[in-house]
Amino acid sequence: MDFVWDQRELILEGFWRTIQLAALAGGLSLVFGTLLAVMRVCPIPPLRWAGATYVTVVRNTPLTLVFIFSTFGLPRLEIRFSFFVFAVVALTVYTSSFVCEAVRSGINSVASGEIEAARAIGLPFRQTLSLVVLPQAFRAIVPLLSSVFIALTKNTSIAVAFSVTEATSILRRLQNQDASATFPLLIVTAAGYLVITLALSFAFSRLERRVAAAR
Amino acid sequence: MKFPIRRLVLLFAVLALVLAAGCGDDDGNGESRAPEVTVEEEVEFPAGSTMAELADAGTIRIGTKFDQPGLGNISLETDEPEGFDVEIGKLIASKLGIDEDDIEFIETISANREAFITGDRVDIVIATYTINDERKQQVDFAGPYYVAGQDLLVREDDDSINGPDDLAGKRVCAVTGSTPIARIRTSYPEAEPVEFETYTECVDQLEAGQIDAVSTDDIILAGYAADPKYEGKFRVVGEVFSTEPYGIGLPKGDTEFRNFLNDVLEDAYEDGTWEEIFDATLGASGETAPEPPPVDRYP
Repeated sequence: MDFVWDQRELILEGFWRTIQLAALAGGLSLVFGTLLAVMRVCPIPPLRWAGATYVTVVRNTPLTLVFIFSTFGLPRLEIRFSFFVFAVVALTVYTSSFVCEAVRSGINSVASGEIEAARAIGLPFRQTLSLVVLPQAFRAIVPLLSSVFIALTKNTSIAVAFSVTEATSILRRLQNQDASATFPLLIVTAAGYLVITLALSFAFSRLERRVAAAR
Repeated sequence: MKFPIRRLVLLFAVLALVLAAGCGDDDGNGESRAPEVTVEEEVEFPAGSTMAELADAGTIRIGTKFDQPGLGNISLETDEPEGFDVEIGKLIASKLGIDEDDIEFIETISANREAFITGDRVDIVIATYTINDERKQQVDFAGPYYVAGQDLLVREDDDSINGPDDLAGKRVCAVTGSTPIARIRTSYPEAEPVEFETYTECVDQLEAGQIDAVSTDDIILAGYAADPKYEGKFRVVGEVFSTEPYGIGLPKGDTEFRNFLNDVLEDAYEDGTWEEIFDATLGASGETAPEPPPVDRYP
């Protein structure tokens, strides 16, 4: 346990990287996922098809494969970033498809009468979506998004094999330095992830209650 | 509609034949260019010595690695171990009057080399075996016959890295949990360490331009530089910053045998055999043979 205490700075540094990964990929997936969902419900067929294809392909690909594609594939196409950026790209590409499906389910949950009413008063597609449909859709899917982001937080640990010094890679490095500290290290690291995900669920349940009251 | 199954089967059969023939063609290139060692016809050794025993038996058991390209490796094509360590083994056998076909190569991995010697599973071990005092408690070492050291592999056209002191701000890759990555972290904190699970992944990233250098034992890096897949793409910097003298492991206390092995090595240094062996294996990329290290006849 002393060893773990001595290395606390390194462990915290690792978790800071994990949080950065999750926050950046989470924010970007929310944006791209929503755009994809809008594509999937918009009146232009090619956009609908493109959105559906993206979701089908990416959601059914293992995340590790997406990581390999970004970290080993993109450099071959002369696209160069740091390994951290490659990890954010992989996580965003992957999580966007799940956000998309969550948002789409929210859009579908909005009563068709609402949409008909919006059109009846002459709102074009864009305004129907941004003023009437999406606000209600997001309210409905807060618990769903909470699961998606918790999964994302845990998925960041795949970056351990792709040269990002996040929490799991620090765990492995320290375990290698002192194998006798394996259990304390495992418990501390698991607890660290738990702290992040619990904070996330707490924030989301607060949000859920706040937006629910407005209904 | 009736499906022409027979025609399909025929098509696959032809395809399989073509593929098999294609694969067969590749085999010709895999031939090792190892130097032919002449087996001593008349050997005289003091009665009762290990050398006499081995010479009488007409066979020797040599422990080596089977998975280190350029050193001790069994490739998919050949089924026979080949590399620098293996050739050193053949050299020693020839001096005992043993034909190379009568050598029994046994795979030893890093973790079991002492156990194989003390347990009489092998007569000698030639397997990237670093001489150190801890191991000398259990076994004896002839040699060193090669001194490896941590070095850097960089892209051929990159002249900004000429030694470990040029690593500031450079991305340096080594395997997760390895001694080289730990050494980079502690001794060269200015460098940016990059970790992957295997050296092949590191080399892949080096080729793709994502990192600036790969670091581990120079002899392993030479294996990558010599790999026909990467021909002309990489160079080994040649400024080692650690010392790993490879020795031939033998049972502890057999000083007579140790002296014999050291004599064989020294003769090979002098008559150029050692250099020939190096050129044929590790030097296949055009790497020039270094000065052979002086053998250490420790008391």
